[in-house]
Amino acid sequence: MTEGKKKTTVKTSPKEKNTEEMVTVFIMGKAHKVPSKATIMGAIEYAGYQIKRGAGCREGFCGACATVYRLPGDYKIYTGLACTTLVEEGMWLSQLPALPAQKAIYDINKVKPDVTAFQKFYPEVFRCVSCNTCTKSCPQDLEVMDYVQAAIRGDIGKVMDLSFDCICCGMCAIRCPAEIVQFNVGLLAKRLYGKYLNPKSKQLDKRIKEIRDKKYHKGYLELMKMDKKKLEKEYYARDSEA
Amino acid sequence: MYPEYMHPSLKKVEQTRNKRFELAKSGKPVFPPMSAEERDTVLHKFHPDYKSDARRKVHIGPNKGEVITSEVADILESHSRIDPSLFDLSSPDYETDILIIGGGGAGCAAAITAMQEGSKSVVSTKLRLGDANSMMSQGGMQAATSVTDTPTRHYLDAIGGGHFDNKPELVRALTEDGPEIVKWLENLGVVWDKDDEGNLQLLHGGGTSRRRMHSCRDYTGAVILRTLMDEVRNHPDKITYLEFMPTVELILDSKGRVAGGILYNMETEEYFTVKANATIIATGGYGRLHIRGFDTTNHYGATADGLIMAYRAGARLLYMDSVQYHPTGAVFPEQIAGFLITEKIRGAGGQPVNKEGELFVFPREPRDVESSAIIRECYEKMMGIKTPSGRLGVWLDSPLIEMLQEEGYINKQFPAMHRQFIHYGIDITKEPMLVYPSLHYQNGGIEINDKCETNLPGLFVAGEASGGVHGRNRLMGNSVLDYNVFGRRAGLNAAAYIKSVKLGPLSLQHVSDYEKALKDAKIKTNRIAPVLLPSYTPENVRKRQLTSHYEGTLR
Ligand SMILES: Cc1cc2nc3c(=O)[nH]c(=O)nc-3n(C[C@H](O)[C@H](O)[C@H](O)COP(=O)(O)OP(=O)(O)OC[C@H]3O[C@@H](n4cnc5c(N)ncnc54)[C@H](O)[C@@H]3O)c2cc1C
Ligand code: FES
Repeated sequence: MTEGKKKTTVKTSPKEKNTEEMVTVFIMGKAHKVPSKATIMGAIEYAGYQIKRGAGCREGFCGACATVYRLPGDYKIYTGLACTTLVEEGMWLSQLPALPAQKAIYDINKVKPDVTAFQKFYPEVFRCVSCNTCTKSCPQDLEVMDYVQAAIRGDIGKVMDLSFDCICCGMCAIRCPAEIVQFNVGLLAKRLYGKYLNPKSKQLDKRIKEIRDKKYHKGYLELMKMDKKKLEKEYYARDSEA
Repeated sequence: MYPEYMHPSLKKVEQTRNKRFELAKSGKPVFPPMSAEERDTVLHKFHPDYKSDARRKVHIGPNKGEVITSEVADILESHSRIDPSLFDLSSPDYETDILIIGGGGAGCAAAITAMQEGSKSVVSTKLRLGDANSMMSQGGMQAATSVTDTPTRHYLDAIGGGHFDNKPELVRALTEDGPEIVKWLENLGVVWDKDDEGNLQLLHGGGTSRRRMHSCRDYTGAVILRTLMDEVRNHPDKITYLEFMPTVELILDSKGRVAGGILYNMETEEYFTVKANATIIATGGYGRLHIRGFDTTNHYGATADGLIMAYRAGARLLYMDSVQYHPTGAVFPEQIAGFLITEKIRGAGGQPVNKEGELFVFPREPRDVESSAIIRECYEKMMGIKTPSGRLGVWLDSPLIEMLQEEGYINKQFPAMHRQFIHYGIDITKEPMLVYPSLHYQNGGIEINDKCETNLPGLFVAGEASGGVHGRNRLMGNSVLDYNVFGRRAGLNAAAYIKSVKLGPLSLQHVSDYEKALKDAKIKTNRIAPVLLPSYTPENVRKRQLTSHYEGTLR
């Protein structure tokens, strides 16, 4: 065998069957024995569910798999991504199939990159009571409350920076007593920063103009005419920048 | 945390690190890049595509007689989910200008562009909008924007990487539109990595001779796609997106023009008909077919649906004999097996090394060559490291990056990667990662021209579902560019095309004809496609699922 495993098995579901340590988890209240090393997503599938909602990228980028859980003898509500969080003995879990969240409609060409953007489109931001629940519920460990506070100050750059790695799973929004949809605030800030505040590249504009002026047209025609042999020669002889 | 028994090997990686650091700093290649002959040898001996049963002949349809990837041939030789006789096409449930199938990067770019051209669209998508491979790209997007670079040099790199099989007009479109795309995305609000003067940060990728990788930290795909999605959502009057409503067949009109599709509500199990003057397929790739049993980097819905729909309707496929395995998928810990370790790690100076801590390949060969070299190191030279579950892998030395760049670089540039491993007690600023090739990308697809047209009038294709742009091997950073360039072109050209279309009566005759062709070719199978979702149900559960009839994973 020089390659992948022969049998199609999922990466998040465990393979070694009998030798493995098992734990009991409660999936939406129902007890299932699952391998102790499984991710929550792997455990749900191991138990026999065909996931429809609740899985997207399966690698921690899309936020489709938001999960809430409690652990035995502990009053706390925990949040996590099913695709990257491991199960624990006695875990009581449920996925959040979808999340009601307000998203403002705007013409990005007409929004000013300052505090007025939040005043106009997400005024609830100003209701933040600084309880920090959003930060505590973020599976990405982002400083969510800090970026909400930055939004209140109109510091778009800070909101962009602190919310950069947000995957929009919605855990903050569902826990927020001020009913803010933090991830949409972050998204608006990122767009405003990218469009208006990130310093512009002059070289980029120059290159675009060159292309519009057909500077590379002849070069293209030559390359496109070359047969494989000639192209191969050009390709292997090309220099490389460090 | 790495198990005890790996510690001696980890020690060796540490011991050779200084030597390799000096080598990297010298500016010379850290390992001699392979010649054309060497590439050829390693590919033929070790690339999974060259295994004897990796490919087979397809017996029906437009590519009949051609030898293609076996799992794809299986999908093409399968039954439809629907019985055409049950559908009344005279009063469609939705009517729109353009049906866009797939709500990933290419689909969103097409919807926005078509909207700007004044066209309305319905976007049918399988999961939520944006649950797509496009959400996951970390490394970045190529575009020839720097002073030292030119679009024609980008052309040469791309066509060489693709083994000179790429369609020239498509490579030109890809590379010549590149800089414009950087600007277009910035105008929509994408936050590119830049220095304080506004110079774009540029890195190398596999097979690039100039630094031209643009990024948004290591959430490049997420930042771009969320920007596009936000724009889509800002135009509810022009763009209607339907989630958990995949398309399962195309509809044709009496003149053989593509005129919409049949959508399946995965939750209520109803079917809906959409009539559209033009249709764009943007369904992405096929990683979830787990070709040759490989783990995959792909999202949950990557099951080649667009290919089979288009094929049944008569569209030609191109280069479906070549599969891309990403050189560096995670092999340890088990829970993240197959997860992508972005090529940007190597672009920033990370090196693949064997169990002795020695380099064995130039870190930035084109992907198929790099993958083959890793497989050779593991299975011929036996210089790999075994995981507790018996897989083999090689080290990808990330701590070296901190030495080459600066301390804190990994946390700043690779937060996603860092996070993924820290969950399992592995700090990649201090310890290397264990990697092995993972099923990554569909190199070929539905053949298009530089207007995204296919051989079927009214059918446009963009993104990973299309074939020809990358030949038989795509370079990193060229497919994020691809879905933007061709997503836009598809939207633009579909919007222009519909101006002169008057559809005739709608028909699903091609689905019935295809069923007959299966029968005539004496193909007996209970396979059903589109697959829609993979099944990860364990055997013991499946034995109890005694409902008499399933269609794939779904009723
Ligand atoms: C982990 C990872 C990292 C990557 N990193 C990079 C990188 O750094 N640089 C780079 O250039 N490329 C990268 N790529 C490749 C690149 O991201 C993809 O090739 C590209 O995003 C494909 O875009 P797309 O729009 O064609 O497909 P996708 O983004 O996959 O979108 C397809 C959409 O169609 C939907 N769909 C599927 N079937 C149906 C159906 N029957 N009906 C309706 N909808 C359907 C899917 O669910 C999905 O939403 C990476 C890919 C992966 C998986
Ligand atoms: S499935 Fe995408 S974040 Fe978990």
